[in-house]
Amino acid sequence: MTKHDMSWVEIGQLTDIPKQGSRVVRTPRGDLAVFRSIDDEVFALWDRCPHKGGPLSQGIVHGRNVTCPLHNWVINLEDGTVQGPDEGCARGVAVRLEGGRILIDGAALAGNAA
Amino acid sequence: MTSPAKQKLVIVGNGMAPGRMLEHLLEAAPERFEITIFNAEPRVNYDRIMLSPVLSGEKAYEDIVIHDDAWYEGHGIRLLKGARVTGIDRSAKTVTAADGTVAAYDKLVVATGSGPIVIPVPGHKLPGVVAYRDLDDVEAMLAAAGKGGHAVVIGGGLLGLEAAAGLKMRGMEVTVLHLMGHLMERQLDPAAGYLLERSMEARGIRIITRANTHAIVGESHVEAVRLDDDTEIPADLVVMAVGIRPAAELAREAGIEAGRGVLVDDAMLTSDPDILAIGECVEHRGICYGLVAPLYEMAKVAAKTLIGEEAAYGGSVTATKLKVTGVDLYSAGDFAEAEGREEIVLRDAAAGVYKRLVLESNRIIGVVLYGETADGPWFFDLLKKGTDVTELRDTLIFGQAYQGGAQLDPMAAVAALPDDAEICGCNGISKGTIVKAIREKGLTALAEVRAHTKASASCGTCTGLVEQLMQLTLGDAYSKSAVEPVCGCTDLGHDDVRRLIVAKELKSIPALMQELEWRSSGGCAKCRPALNYYLLATWPEEYRDDGQSRFVNERVHANIQKNGLYSVVPRMWGGLTNPTELRAIADVADKFAIPMVKMTGGQRVDLVGVKKEDLPAIWADLSKVGLVSGHAYGKALRTVKTCVGSTWCRFGTQDAMGLGIKLEKSLWGSWTPAKVKLAVSGCPRNCSESTCKDVGIICVDSGYEIHYAGAAGLDIKGTEVLCHAKTEEETVEIVAALIQLYREQGRYLERIYKWAKRVGEESIKEAVVDDLDKRRALVERFAISQKHAQDDPWAARARGADAHEFAPLYDFAKLEAAE
Ligand code: SRM
Ligand SMILES: Cc1cc2nc3c(=O)[nH]c(=O)nc-3n(C[C@H](O)[C@H](O)[C@H](O)COP(=O)(O)OP(=O)(O)OC[C@H]3O[C@@H](n4cnc5c(N)ncnc54)[C@H](O)[C@@H]3O)c2cc1C
Ligand code: SF4
Ligand code: FES
Repeated sequence: MTKHDMSWVEIGQLTDIPKQGSRVVRTPRGDLAVFRSIDDEVFALWDRCPHKGGPLSQGIVHGRNVTCPLHNWVINLEDGTVQGPDEGCARGVAVRLEGGRILIDGAALAGNAA
Repeated sequence: MTSPAKQKLVIVGNGMAPGRMLEHLLEAAPERFEITIFNAEPRVNYDRIMLSPVLSGEKAYEDIVIHDDAWYEGHGIRLLKGARVTGIDRSAKTVTAADGTVAAYDKLVVATGSGPIVIPVPGHKLPGVVAYRDLDDVEAMLAAAGKGGHAVVIGGGLLGLEAAAGLKMRGMEVTVLHLMGHLMERQLDPAAGYLLERSMEARGIRIITRANTHAIVGESHVEAVRLDDDTEIPADLVVMAVGIRPAAELAREAGIEAGRGVLVDDAMLTSDPDILAIGECVEHRGICYGLVAPLYEMAKVAAKTLIGEEAAYGGSVTATKLKVTGVDLYSAGDFAEAEGREEIVLRDAAAGVYKRLVLESNRIIGVVLYGETADGPWFFDLLKKGTDVTELRDTLIFGQAYQGGAQLDPMAAVAALPDDAEICGCNGISKGTIVKAIREKGLTALAEVRAHTKASASCGTCTGLVEQLMQLTLGDAYSKSAVEPVCGCTDLGHDDVRRLIVAKELKSIPALMQELEWRSSGGCAKCRPALNYYLLATWPEEYRDDGQSRFVNERVHANIQKNGLYSVVPRMWGGLTNPTELRAIADVADKFAIPMVKMTGGQRVDLVGVKKEDLPAIWADLSKVGLVSGHAYGKALRTVKTCVGSTWCRFGTQDAMGLGIKLEKSLWGSWTPAKVKLAVSGCPRNCSESTCKDVGIICVDSGYEIHYAGAAGLDIKGTEVLCHAKTEEETVEIVAALIQLYREQGRYLERIYKWAKRVGEESIKEAVVDDLDKRRALVERFAISQKHAQDDPWAARARGADAHEFAPLYDFAKLEAAE
């Protein structure tokens, strides 16, 4: 993968997502799950579990992890790695908070499909 | 059955000492005696030392029963409850109770325990003044605590402090009055007493030392306590916990020799060779004991003496632990300052740790540990054996793990204990005994170790040590899940959490995690749904459901499928539908291009393969003809299957469909520990498969047979019969009570058949069928909860509730299309 320049796009407000919850962003490359932790950190992962493609946005968010709703794999929100005995990695997109606004790296949404 | 060969054994008092003696006796000589017990308390034998957790709400009375009625019955023992013995006639060899009952004995055991000391200040007889000795006292305190207000505890010893902590947890304002300069002065030195005082104050309990009670003030009920210096402290409840006195009067009046207590020799015989005495009522070699460990040793000896074996009790050294959750305190031996004694002290103010060892001639004679008590048993072991500690002196105070450069690892410390080191102080059980039982009997769960060895079965403070021994002995074969903590965020089990929610009035997940010291920030996917359910079930009127703590199905009220699509199953009451409903379902399937319509195994229709964002609109269309959520996705009432019953069937005895609908209307919407499925069959041919459901009704000519605790999923199990009901109304009421009991006792994800197995069918039957008051109370609580639960979640979402769930946060595709 080559590095690209980032271009930040605003996708919504922090308060649009419930604490310990997630919302979906529809993109040309598929659904992106944007998470809000109990400490108001935000994370973004493609909405596909490394196991069998379960929608991570529908899981339970706890600490900096989400538990996939289909077979309970636990995925770390910071780097997408699967926790515990299972192996795999979900891919993410850069995201940051500015005031209460959520910005994601728009450049990552274009280009090759994930 | 009376057999002429049997000797008559009569026991006066049914406390912890004789309870233990009987266990030994029945094991060694089950047929030797015909046994009669007189107990002044109107109940069976229970674990008196666990009264404090009952007071605080951490345990229920049922949890602390040692021998239940069935036990006495099974062993052919005659237990006379509420029967106080008033006289012993040694020449006639009989005892007489207050109610006139007379029993003859060949051997008599006096085990009258001790009584609380009541200081005879003016007003000590006023209503509202209680002692702290038995369950009646606890009930009196709970009744007072229920009204809130102020409690004054007189006495800052072990009992007084446990009472104070319990009453505080029950919501009272608590003041402790202590005569001496520091708390628990008999077990603690002033420094540890001070730390204890601070930590009691930190939990909101006011402590006044050097407080001499002058009078208890009040007209018809206590109002205040007045001290010598005329200070008055308001009081709605006064607990006297200033000490105990051996109950030796009965024996003394019968001419048995007594000092402070009933005098016994090493074989536990009194001055009359046919009469033994054990427990707190005795005086042995000049000492009266007030803790269970020595009494259990006496019990063992007395059992042997009774069957003619030689045995001798040589006195005990005792160790004390305070049972106040969150306070770690351990003391043993003698720690008064005296000529020729040295001490080693360690203080860590920041960590709140204080340790003090008193040595005499290079041997430990006293130990006080505060804040960190793990080394207590090790020090106690050195103390009891009189080990010369010269070699260890420099590092002794740092504890066992420090010796020999070993790591500070609790497992290593337990591994290094000698086989005869005492693990369970209450029952005098050594490490060797526990390890041997685990190995030889193949024990894998804490409960089994408790049952086989008694270790950790009394006050429970050694549970951690016992678990470490299990871990050491079994290695990976021991998973702590045998003790079932809710999840990795806590060591508490489901039942502990449920009780603490009530006791500490925890009403939100953050409050619960804070108070119960959850280890993670914000819990995990395993505990949060359980906690959300427990809070909801406990506080139906106040708790605000936390959607983020629900599994997706319950959060969005549909069932997620393998491809992230959802299924929609409307309720069809009792399995009935009609053309209007079917037409609406067909229309919805067309309108939203739903790929499949299927009949479920639960007599209703499933719309399979629905897109999440379509859900609210689908529900809106279904609502229009009155279709509501079928909760096919929830830990909730699922289906009530019925057959055509007497309405159509030539064998039908009752209106199975009608009753099924009534039951479904009564139960729908309620959240339960796991899913609940019902069926009603019109006759014993059982066409709706009632006998494998959580609750199943079989109609018969004379009424309704109520079955429950069946299973036909991961396990297959036929139902048990709960009872027979005469009318539909009675059936609906009993089923509602049953479901409410399950809601209150079930562990999250535990189906009814597993719950029933765990708590016992007897207790369920008692609460739901036999005891009408309990049944009514359950039904009433269920009704309160249902007031808040019977609100169709689909209709609410069709109107816009939780809209964020169903719409994307942002849509780039739409944006591009627009561009
Ligand atoms: C739809 C249905 C199958 C069907 O096509 O007929 C069904 C579908 C599912 N069942 Fe079932 N069960 C269905 C009737 C049953 C029955 C039969 C019955 O109810 O009479 C049983 C056996 C009785 C019982 O409940 O024990 C049954 C025992 C299970 C179990 C095992 C439960 C157990 O404790 O033993 C599970 C797994 C679980 O709950 O953990 C399960 C779980 C599931 C789940 C919810 C799996 C999941 O968690 O996602 C399935 C959803 C599939 C989907 O795509 O929506 N399903 N399931 C039936 C819905 C009935 C309804 O109208 O609500
Ligand atoms: C609140 C509390 C907390 C405690 N905590 C601890 C602890 O943490 N650790 C510890 O080691 N110890 C503790 N103890 C002490 C322990 O409970 C006692 O040492 C033990 O119960 C004494 O047993 P016993 O059989 O001698 O007498 P009891 O258990 O007192 O039993 C005596 C029984 O005899 C009955 N009785 C009395 N007279 C008659 C009569 N004339 N006729 C018929 N029945 C009669 C009484 O009603 C009573 O039921 C605690 C005690 C209390 C009250
Ligand atoms: S039996 Fe139930 S859980 Fe298993 S595949 Fe069928 S619907 Fe799914
Ligand atoms: S698809 Fe996520 S755990 Fe299986």
